[in-house]
Amino acid sequence: MSAPTDPSSTPPDEAAPDPGPPAGVSRRALFGGVAAAAVAGTAVGLGAGYGIGRATAPTTSSAAGTFAFTGAHQAGIVTPAQDRLYLAAFDVTAKDRDDLVALLQRWTTVAARLTQGLSAGPYGPASGPYDAPPDDTGEAADLPPAGLTITFGFGRTLFRTAAGVDRFGLADRLPAGLIELPHFPADNLDPARSDGDLVVQACADDPQVAVHAIRNLSRTAFGAATIRWTQLGFGRTSSTSTAQRTPRNLFGFKDGTANIKAEDATAVDEHVWVPASAAVDDPASAWLVGGSYLVARRIRMRIETWDRTSLREQENLVGRTKAEGAPLSGGAEFTEPDFDVAGRGGAPLIPLDSHVRLAHPDQNAGVQMLRRGYNFTDGNDALGRLDAGLFFLAFVQDPRTHYVPMQNTLSRDDGLMEYLEHTGSGLFAVPPGIPDGSLVVGRDGTPITTDASPFVGQKLFTA
Amino acid sequence: MSRSTTLGALTLAALVLPLAAGCVDNASSDDAEALTVSSTADACTVSAATAPSGTITFSVTNDGDDVTEFYLLGDDKLRVVSEVENIGPGITRDLVVQARPGTYYTACKPGMVGDGIQAQFTVTDSGEEVGPTGDKAEQLAAAEKQYVAYTKDQVGALIAGTQEFADAYKAGDDDTARELYATTRAHWERIEPVAESFGDLDPLTDAREADLEDGEAWSGWHYIEKDLWQPAPADNGGEEYVPLTDAERQQAADDLVAYTQQLVDEVNADDFTFEAFQISNGAKELLDEVATGKVTGEEEIWSHTDLWDFQANVDGARVGYEVLQDVVQQEDPDLSAQLDEQFTALDALLAQYGSIDEGFTYYDDLTDQQVKELAAAVDALSEPLSQLTAVVTAS
Repeated sequence: MSAPTDPSSTPPDEAAPDPGPPAGVSRRALFGGVAAAAVAGTAVGLGAGYGIGRATAPTTSSAAGTFAFTGAHQAGIVTPAQDRLYLAAFDVTAKDRDDLVALLQRWTTVAARLTQGLSAGPYGPASGPYDAPPDDTGEAADLPPAGLTITFGFGRTLFRTAAGVDRFGLADRLPAGLIELPHFPADNLDPARSDGDLVVQACADDPQVAVHAIRNLSRTAFGAATIRWTQLGFGRTSSTSTAQRTPRNLFGFKDGTANIKAEDATAVDEHVWVPASAAVDDPASAWLVGGSYLVARRIRMRIETWDRTSLREQENLVGRTKAEGAPLSGGAEFTEPDFDVAGRGGAPLIPLDSHVRLAHPDQNAGVQMLRRGYNFTDGNDALGRLDAGLFFLAFVQDPRTHYVPMQNTLSRDDGLMEYLEHTGSGLFAVPPGIPDGSLVVGRDGTPITTDASPFVGQKLFTA
Repeated sequence: MSRSTTLGALTLAALVLPLAAGCVDNASSDDAEALTVSSTADACTVSAATAPSGTITFSVTNDGDDVTEFYLLGDDKLRVVSEVENIGPGITRDLVVQARPGTYYTACKPGMVGDGIQAQFTVTDSGEEVGPTGDKAEQLAAAEKQYVAYTKDQVGALIAGTQEFADAYKAGDDDTARELYATTRAHWERIEPVAESFGDLDPLTDAREADLEDGEAWSGWHYIEKDLWQPAPADNGGEEYVPLTDAERQQAADDLVAYTQQLVDEVNADDFTFEAFQISNGAKELLDEVATGKVTGEEEIWSHTDLWDFQANVDGARVGYEVLQDVVQQEDPDLSAQLDEQFTALDALLAQYGSIDEGFTYYDDLTDQQVKELAAAVDALSEPLSQLTAVVTAS
């Protein structure tokens, strides 16, 4: 049953004896906090608000380990970076706009459910008609919600295919920022690991919860979209909150020390969210205001040759100490690097080709990114080397100003590039969130899909 | 979340400890004497004024506001036994030395000026054997001289070959140009770390197409390579390859010769030196080049002459090691034996596929298994080779 660890709990099918309407509350609703939310939804009734609204600043996990799904912005951006990632890019196979919208409605509902610790469908993994497959795949049945967030984005090809076809009547709403990324020096991109019409980022503190989310969303998409590529990330490499410790990447260095933190509302507004002013210059992007752009780069690290590199060279390439992550100019981890401090022979302590210098906002017209990358390893290559590295994810206000110039500089000049190879790439427009209280809920108070259900990216298709 | 960060920290500690111990020459970490040093504007506080002979680690923390340096000086207060420089405020860096019994002086140099703040430091006899180091400086100087001579010899052959290659290409004699391509490049590949030390010369001469920024002009060997081994559209991003015009050919050939001449001039300049640590680092980098470019077939994607480059990189690394061999044999005989063995094994494996003079198997004719075997031999050599610099720079 849904809660085998607690046989005394009331089974969902007893709670709803009538087989007509969807009954099962949820496997995970029985764990606590979320159940209360579900009950509250029931009390208010159909069409009422569901869940707790999310402010611009990230709300912390509730006792049950959930983040609100609705709000001005999608969750999974300024949310404190969870430990695990499963990200999937999809190719849309839906024939027309209505089918695409229907897919987005189903996805939105499933995502709203899963992120709140509910099962993918109303019955759950072990209930419902005995001769039908369960409406949830079940592998997360006994797990807590683990802070799951699900974030959706749209690729350029959704608006216009590479051949220039406008499949869904969206071409005139292609935001100017949703460019084809240029070839960066030393790029070695695998088309099978790049691009896509849609992207779904699932982050959670338990990898199985993240995989469960993608698996059920993929199942929900059959007939309308197929998976193009996926990426599993086993450890976060960025902190997006001052409350988090800076994690390390596979070079063994702290990564993301200077990242934008959610608590810095000014920086988030200035560098992450698409501002209303963007729609003035580019009316096609009006639907994206309050959203963001997601840059995804699969960066393989040549860790075997890196491991043969002296500590001196490692620190000089990064520009920080390996132990503390302090800039080589001195201080501690969060001390601002001083690029002018010189050492022996007048050479700067932070070398000219070091990563920290070249990536610093001072060298990049003041732009910043909200990075949310993950360490990955996908087995090994034919030469017996780990196919491992950093799956770089960054949310930016406009990739033309906040990503492309910096990546060109890094790919060309960064000493670290000798140990890096970009093998996959994607750029996606990430719509704003869906408003608090807009989800359509069923008789049990949990979200259901109807023709009237709201969906992520709705403004792209209306207004 | 806290559970996993704790785990991460534990894993890291477990990884770091044996590695750090491994860096301390061959002495076990238990034997290593760890001392702390605090350097401020007016003090250089060493946690002890004496230590037993053998491996001694000074963990130097800059507690001042200026960049500092720390030295271990001989009993004349002048001879530098070992040093660690460029320590920024707040930063800690280790100095690991092999010290024999005797009188020394420790010195911090805040602000990197003056004689520093000195104090006597005594190394007592622990009975542990510490290798002789007397004539190391002379050996290193001899190594540098030999290596510079080797470099000059290689660039001499390179410019002559490049001129011949360029002439054939300009004259439209593509067969001759193709024949000369790989054998001439071997002279370049043998000394590539030297070329890389001259900044832009390396990309101008040896950039692959994928290395370029969008719209950046391309020049050098691989630009011509593509024109000599013109790809089918399927191997050219789906686009028909457009051969270079006569004018473009002349330009490409002249540019290649001009850039190569620049390298020749740099190497033959009076002030050209290549220090011992650059030689040892260069040897390691040559093997890294093999590991990331040649053994993967990415260097010569049109001509598939990767094994020529492979052999030349190994040749260059071997020379780098050989000029330093006296020092290595003296300081770390085990490492020397290991390097001898692995160089021999790799050369023997390569010999199965040909030679630079007689020609090699083309990369695209190698089986996956053969490539993997080559890669494993490169890794087997690279690992001990990466220890070379620490041996050369150790006191």
